[in-house]
Amino acid sequence: MNQESSLWSDAWRRLLANKAAVAGGIILLVLIFLAIFAPWIAPHSYSYQNLELGAQPPSSEFLLGTDTLGRDLFSRILYGARVSLLVGFVATSVALVIGVSWGIVAGYFGGRIDSVMMRIVDVLYGLPFIIFIILLMVIFGRNIWLLFAAIGAVEWLTMARIVRGQVLTVKTQEYVLAAQAMGVSNIQMFRKHIYPNILGPIAVYATLTIPQVMLLEAFLSFLGLGIQPPMSSWGTLIRYGVESMEEYSWLLIYPGLTFTLTLFALNFFGDGLRDALDPKISSD
Amino acid sequence: MLQIILKRIAIAIPVILIVASLTFFLVRMAPGGPFDAEKVVPPQVMKNLNAVYNLDAPLIIQYRDYMLNLVQGDFGPSFRYPGRSVTEMIFTGLPVTFELAFYAIIVAMIIGSLAGVIAAVNRNTLLDYVPMTIAMIGICMPTFLLGPLLVLYFGIYLEALPVSGWDSLPGDKILPSITLGAAYAAYIARLSRGGMLETLSQDYIRTARAKGLPEHQVIIKHALQGGLVPVVSFLGPAVAGLIGGSFVVETIFQIPGLGRFYVEAAFNRDYTMILGTTIFFSTLIIFFNLLSDIAVLLMNPRARSQT
Repeated sequence: MNQESSLWSDAWRRLLANKAAVAGGIILLVLIFLAIFAPWIAPHSYSYQNLELGAQPPSSEFLLGTDTLGRDLFSRILYGARVSLLVGFVATSVALVIGVSWGIVAGYFGGRIDSVMMRIVDVLYGLPFIIFIILLMVIFGRNIWLLFAAIGAVEWLTMARIVRGQVLTVKTQEYVLAAQAMGVSNIQMFRKHIYPNILGPIAVYATLTIPQVMLLEAFLSFLGLGIQPPMSSWGTLIRYGVESMEEYSWLLIYPGLTFTLTLFALNFFGDGLRDALDPKISSD
Repeated sequence: MLQIILKRIAIAIPVILIVASLTFFLVRMAPGGPFDAEKVVPPQVMKNLNAVYNLDAPLIIQYRDYMLNLVQGDFGPSFRYPGRSVTEMIFTGLPVTFELAFYAIIVAMIIGSLAGVIAAVNRNTLLDYVPMTIAMIGICMPTFLLGPLLVLYFGIYLEALPVSGWDSLPGDKILPSITLGAAYAAYIARLSRGGMLETLSQDYIRTARAKGLPEHQVIIKHALQGGLVPVVSFLGPAVAGLIGGSFVVETIFQIPGLGRFYVEAAFNRDYTMILGTTIFFSTLIIFFNLLSDIAVLLMNPRARSQT
């Protein structure tokens, strides 16, 4: 128990020493806070249309201006954060559940089970998933939950590989062999020995999957195949921003900046987490 | 060596067949027939339409016919554009998309590997930090944002470059190629930096230096081959991303390529077109993955014994 807590406190200390990761983490916390409390923070309704107002440049009344239908852009970005972050977390969780279970089963039982399961992963790796997601969205309609599931179902492959590799390494350690010799059950073995050892890599990879998932969602929304109005994600905001960027460039620039900044923060935080949890892996 | 390659090909062929079958049945699962959206037609017309498109046969027969035609390169007729075949549409759009992707890869390879090699050789100096920070921005900035921003600046603000079309105005290929290539330049820069750093710490590099070779010769003659292996293995999977990117870039710049046809087909629910292009894209991606696997085997002697 002591050993375990010192591993995590060491990692925590290394993470705090990494300025880019800390900055990323703070930006993320602020964003999550804003997204959760959007209904109380947003100065205007995200869907209220004021056609007489039309597109207004940023002012003290409308911090980031309004869109062509007179809707407050700042409020729309706040509500968009809810959808974009939700997609990021939910789809990553789906990927996490599938990938981790797959990897643990393959790695722990090994042998034929392992080779069959990993061969399936290899084959799936070669498939063009972006095209499949588009296909699914076209056939089954543009449903937000289907979008979550489809993206999650794509992103689990790498997770399965990482977890399997980690389980294989842990499995051959002397203390695990000793525990096995003493007749510890599979479930006990998993809880006491395997699980604590794979937690780090899972946390790291999950953090790095979130920005990929958000990119994928924004990509689909940009093409008009993702989130449908009146709901809006950052991808849809960018799409509408592009349509009217010639006259009203703020409609493209602010959502774009927010999105890029978020991806930045997530990537820096993820990289920092990786370096903190596994000093061996970090390349430089 | 040859055996490994043959084994990879032997895996790829059934995968393509599975993808084609899966796509076929998925598209057939779509709610409603392909002609439901249009105005109500008399039952007899509907029956004839179904007969023309072979929709009145049992599913399994349709599947057999489709696969038999597919093997001969016939993707069937388009639902949306009567009289045009999917094969014809694919081959109209494909050259444009290929050209775009080719320029994008050239842009990415030149800028990316140059930046990566310079960064690795000048590790932990300004010449390392600046290109790598730009690369990070390149990775975080999605194509669908970079493209419009470039249009806004170079096309609308500076009025220096055309912002739409393909082959119609001089210079109209510049912005799309840069937009599509930028993200890959960023990835390639990071990969080639990592690969070079690892290669430069190898014993044979130390030997080359010890025998008195000038540094640029060490890098060009000895380090590059090993250092760029990660880039080559990245190029195969990158094709999948390039296809996805071409959807966006061709939409933004209004380029009449296969990517835009695909997005339009997705909007119009042109099922046969979606089915055909999906199978076509999948085959392309699997083929390029195979190609880059083989290239890596040829470049890296150690990978041969490992697989």
